[in-house]
Amino acid sequence: MSFSEVYLLWSESVALSAVIWSVIIMVLTYLARDPMHKMIEAVAAGIRSACQQTSESLMGAEKKLLDRNSEVLIAAGREASEHLIEREFSRINKIVEMDLSEYPTLHRKISDVVTRIDEDYKQSAEVPPEAPGWAKAVEAVAKIPTSKSDPMVGQILDSIRGSMEKNHEKTLVVYRESSRERHMLLKRMLPSWRAMNNDLKEVDLHVNALMERSRIVDTQMAEYEKIVNETDSAKKTLSSSSLTQFFVAGFVLAIAIGGAVINFNLIARPMAEMVGGSGLLMGYKTASIAALVIILVEVAMGLFLMESLRITRLFPVIGSMKDIMRVRMIWITFSILLTLASVEAGLAYMREVLAQDDAALRASLVGNAGAIIGVSERWITTAAQMGMGFILPFALVFVAIPLESFVHSSRTILGILAAGTLRTMAFFFSVLANTSHYTGSMLTSIYDLFIFIPLWIESTVRGSGKSAKEKTKFNSLHTQSTKEVL
Amino acid sequence: MMRKLILTAIVVTLLAGCSSKEELPHTRGVYMLLDTSGTYTEELVKAQHIINYTLAKLSPGDTFAIARVDTASFSEKDIVAKVTFDDRPSAANRQKRQFREKVDHFVKEVKPSSYTDISGGMLQAIEYLNEAGVGKKTILIFSDLKEELKKGYVRDIPLQVGGYEVVALNVTKLRSDNVDPREYMDRLQMWEQRVQSGEGSWRVINDLERLDSVISD
Repeated sequence: MSFSEVYLLWSESVALSAVIWSVIIMVLTYLARDPMHKMIEAVAAGIRSACQQTSESLMGAEKKLLDRNSEVLIAAGREASEHLIEREFSRINKIVEMDLSEYPTLHRKISDVVTRIDEDYKQSAEVPPEAPGWAKAVEAVAKIPTSKSDPMVGQILDSIRGSMEKNHEKTLVVYRESSRERHMLLKRMLPSWRAMNNDLKEVDLHVNALMERSRIVDTQMAEYEKIVNETDSAKKTLSSSSLTQFFVAGFVLAIAIGGAVINFNLIARPMAEMVGGSGLLMGYKTASIAALVIILVEVAMGLFLMESLRITRLFPVIGSMKDIMRVRMIWITFSILLTLASVEAGLAYMREVLAQDDAALRASLVGNAGAIIGVSERWITTAAQMGMGFILPFALVFVAIPLESFVHSSRTILGILAAGTLRTMAFFFSVLANTSHYTGSMLTSIYDLFIFIPLWIESTVRGSGKSAKEKTKFNSLHTQSTKEVL
Repeated sequence: MMRKLILTAIVVTLLAGCSSKEELPHTRGVYMLLDTSGTYTEELVKAQHIINYTLAKLSPGDTFAIARVDTASFSEKDIVAKVTFDDRPSAANRQKRQFREKVDHFVKEVKPSSYTDISGGMLQAIEYLNEAGVGKKTILIFSDLKEELKKGYVRDIPLQVGGYEVVALNVTKLRSDNVDPREYMDRLQMWEQRVQSGEGSWRVINDLERLDSVISD
């Protein structure tokens, strides 16, 4: 039975059939109104409840993730801060060990200088011995005026004056000698003063350096306290620091990848001389894979070297090794790197030789001999390629530092991204729950709108029945009250 | 830790040392037929340019062979020079130089043949390239495509050139072609049909300035 046959079941007229079918559907829909309303409400409520629960659980997961992120951030910050404080204390220890261990010697040196200066000072303060006491008596006699009548007395007195003057000159010479010695002593004191001044300046420098370190430690301790107390400002600072580290490390890694690509191109072609130029491995040229493996081994060796030097802390096993093993590891990784760098330099040389051979062959085959570079200029490119081949492996060693920062900051960034995704999903489900609720109400109203004619008839019939009942009730009440009055 | 390092070194060495030899789908094989009949030998200088160009384009691991087309070409004796280039680029370059010397010597010493057995040469080329096990197979026919067989030679054999690219180079017009160009067209069409019925692809390149499309990198 086709649709048109069913449609025209009641009448041949399309319009009449439409009316009949509409009436039938409307009546059936009216009869099914209550169960349909219940079904729509149940479905809407079910979807709303499921979405709300999903949204709540996502919010819960997001909160847990945020807490975990915060824990990780705080732990990382705490570790970094502890490391910094530890390093500062180590520096202070070194200052104390190196500089202040010399303090007793310095003290003794300064004491010696002070004692020497003191002695010199005392010596310089000594007064030269005075002329004997009887000289005054002789001087008085010598000053007696000479009598012209008695030449004998005059001679005696002249003799006395002469001896007095000689005595005075001798005393003056002694005094001058003494002064000279004092000056000499004072002059000798000068370097001692200078030495002491320098020693004191040195002490001042050491003490100031120590004070500076202690101030840095104070600042870092304050930050550490903030981190330990898990303050919001500490979290914000750590989060922002992580983001900065992530982008900076990513940028440096991109540069390192560029270097690795150049390195790859430098050794891939000559590698064909070692492993063959036509073989394939996993769909790629064996020579290319071998070149890639060499570069990756160099990066791995660089990581181990940095780890052994305790510059990075990606592998706790290496960091916790005994010092003797660590030193061995440093030498082994360095030797491998040196070997690989030498191999790369050799390959770079080979590359140049091959390039020249290819150019010569092409020129001889195609007849373009002028395209070959002159012999005198060749050494420049050869030397440059060899230099790059030797240096790039060592440059790649330092990839370990940004890599560590990148890995550590990635944890925070991924956590933030995951939390953001969870929050967005929770919001989406919340919106879906509300949409479901209002869609249910809307569908109920639309359903009623479709059957508005039977509903209107129902309300009219109910209204007339209700008014008749109320009228009967009123009449009976009125009769009863009249009777009571009477 | 030391054991791990040694193990890593061994793995790296093995990885660097192993290369697949049995399957070479990326290698190319080129077989070139040189028509030495009559006055066409004068065109062989052009063929030298094509050979040099092809040598410059081929890489280590590729195969290249040159064979003359004479009275009876279905023979290894007609192969003038053949080589499968070494894996190492430097050795491959040496081989290319030696190959060129052989070709130069051949072009100098070549004597015209009485008949032109192109079909025999094609059959020989198919056999050789199938045996070489190369990935991409190309047959270059440097000829005017005018086949002249000695009495008694049977060459109406279907060419099994599925996966082959057959390129006719420098198909010169004969005096009779100038009188009636249909002869030339019929000749080209006949070869095209033979190749395509053998599931091969067919091309004609007369302008030797467009050789770059013959051997792609």
